[in-house]
Amino acid sequence: MTTLAKQAEPAAPPQSGKPSKFSIRRIGDLKIALLFIFPALIGFVVFFLIPTIRGIYLSFTEYSILGDPTWIGIKNYTAIFSDDLFWNAMAVTVQYVALNIGFQTVIAIGLALLMHRVAKSTFIRGALLLPFLVANVIVALLWFWMLDYQLGIVNEVISWLGLPRIAFFGSEQWAIPTIAFVNVWRHMGYTALLIFAGLQSIPNHVYEVANLDGASPTRTFWSITMPLLRPVLVLVLVVTVIGSFQVFDTVAVTTGGGPVNASRVIQMYIYQKAFGESDFGYASALSVILFIILALVAFIQMKFLKGNETDLD
Amino acid sequence: MSTSTNSRRTRESAAAVVGPLQSRRPRTKPFNWRRTGAWVLVVIAVVVTIAPFLWMLRTALSSNHSLASNAGNLLPADFSWGAFQRVLGLQSPEQAIAEGGSGAAINFWLYLRNSIVFATMTTAGQVFFSAMAAYAFSRLRWPGRNKVFAIFLATMMVPPIFTALPNFLMIKNLGLLNSFAGLALPYMFMTPFAIFFLRQFFLSMSREVEEAAMLDGAKHLRIFFQIVIPNAAAPLATLALLTFIGQWNEYFWPLLVGQDENVRVLTVGLGVFKSQSPQGAPDWSGLMAATLVAAIPVLLLFIAFGKKVVNSIGFSGIK
Repeated sequence: MTTLAKQAEPAAPPQSGKPSKFSIRRIGDLKIALLFIFPALIGFVVFFLIPTIRGIYLSFTEYSILGDPTWIGIKNYTAIFSDDLFWNAMAVTVQYVALNIGFQTVIAIGLALLMHRVAKSTFIRGALLLPFLVANVIVALLWFWMLDYQLGIVNEVISWLGLPRIAFFGSEQWAIPTIAFVNVWRHMGYTALLIFAGLQSIPNHVYEVANLDGASPTRTFWSITMPLLRPVLVLVLVVTVIGSFQVFDTVAVTTGGGPVNASRVIQMYIYQKAFGESDFGYASALSVILFIILALVAFIQMKFLKGNETDLD
Repeated sequence: MSTSTNSRRTRESAAAVVGPLQSRRPRTKPFNWRRTGAWVLVVIAVVVTIAPFLWMLRTALSSNHSLASNAGNLLPADFSWGAFQRVLGLQSPEQAIAEGGSGAAINFWLYLRNSIVFATMTTAGQVFFSAMAAYAFSRLRWPGRNKVFAIFLATMMVPPIFTALPNFLMIKNLGLLNSFAGLALPYMFMTPFAIFFLRQFFLSMSREVEEAAMLDGAKHLRIFFQIVIPNAAAPLATLALLTFIGQWNEYFWPLLVGQDENVRVLTVGLGVFKSQSPQGAPDWSGLMAATLVAAIPVLLLFIAFGKKVVNSIGFSGIK
């Protein structure tokens, strides 16, 4: 009995024994806090939470905007599974993401190293950031013109070199690589800046030790810079991969998904299903699948690359 | 005076998070081919970035008919202001067709107004309401605070396309299609990023001033408006700038909700202008003049506040 009472006593105060003055203050803060987050809460509930739930619900229905949605169970999903256009859209999107991320990451690391070691000037950083600040639509139209088959300057140079002209946006083979290239051009400076910020956070003394040990620049890069940069790289990769899975503007303005289905990326397909064929149920199911894929990608990247850990500690 | 000290303070607090931004080591070394090679690469990168913009200008100042015969000429072919006049609505349809336009004018001034209204509404709302929420998440103590914040943050992961369809249906049901309210509402109250960005700054502000004000009997509303907001002017301005540029460039949502002439924004207008341009012989100078003019507001903002944007990218992206 006595031992029980002794054990119970120290455990009690943290539950109920806080000074009452303090808990009154907490409740007072709660009221004012609710007032302060009220607008954001409305935005969150009305434009994030409810749409998320509604999107999932609609994916199990047949809904053509006229009339009410009718529940059809998992029919949309089974239909997607045997939908050749969906698999094509997925293949095209994955091809785009691979090209875009591959080139963008390598170029951005190179640019970041250049900014870090050679040219720290804000002017150069600003110049490289410029394409990122201009709208996708503007970038798309600009390159649509520069890569034009007849009059585009790039094809002028190609034919001046004695090579055959390339129908960049007009051929099935080139459409996706071209769109990937345009977006690499737009994003490389931005990605480089993110990596540059990561490089800045690597302490100098690590390099000084490597220098004393007589490590070559290549060795230093692979054994020090890359491992220490990993947390930043993982973050950058997660953000850019998720972003590029949702490529739309460039495709919509240049090829519209063509020629044939060559550049119909997944978001283009969702858009066409919803607004071209007004099949909102099917389009919702497609976006649920896209959402799941993106969540998986983020999860795998974080796990596989151990994004949360840093070697600095 | 006060703004300059504020911006310096922000840069310092940003630097404290991502590391020293300007840790320049003075090095005097003899000629080094490695270094020279690196500089050549830097110059190439800058040229690759800038040259297309110059090509845009060159095309916009050319006459359509001469473009065909002078495709590779580096200077404007048959210099003409016609394309800009066409875009700004200073040319009659007949004149436009004669110069290779489609005759369908881009209603530039209207779209410009719409872009300004849309971007300003969303930026003002988003920054203000997010600041309020960030205050509650950083300066107030209440049960469940961190859990609610985590839930808010989690929505960062939801891809925009996923909420776009249901949001479109909601806006449609509310009868707000083709209205500024319909365009702006989903962005006006908050984004997880905006709250997160401001919360970081609010957390680093000193409590002393606030506590002194509290002893004087000031309430939270007064503290928020008279202490927190003025002290966070620099991060608020940076966030507003980033948000404004982002909204100005937005295409997908305005394409869904704002197809009508009266609310059509510049990005959507450019897409329509392109699709109206003759397929066989597109109005290239007109298109390039239009894109250039549409980019000018962002370019001006960038020239004015470029340093701020560049320095904030590292901070905003990493944290």
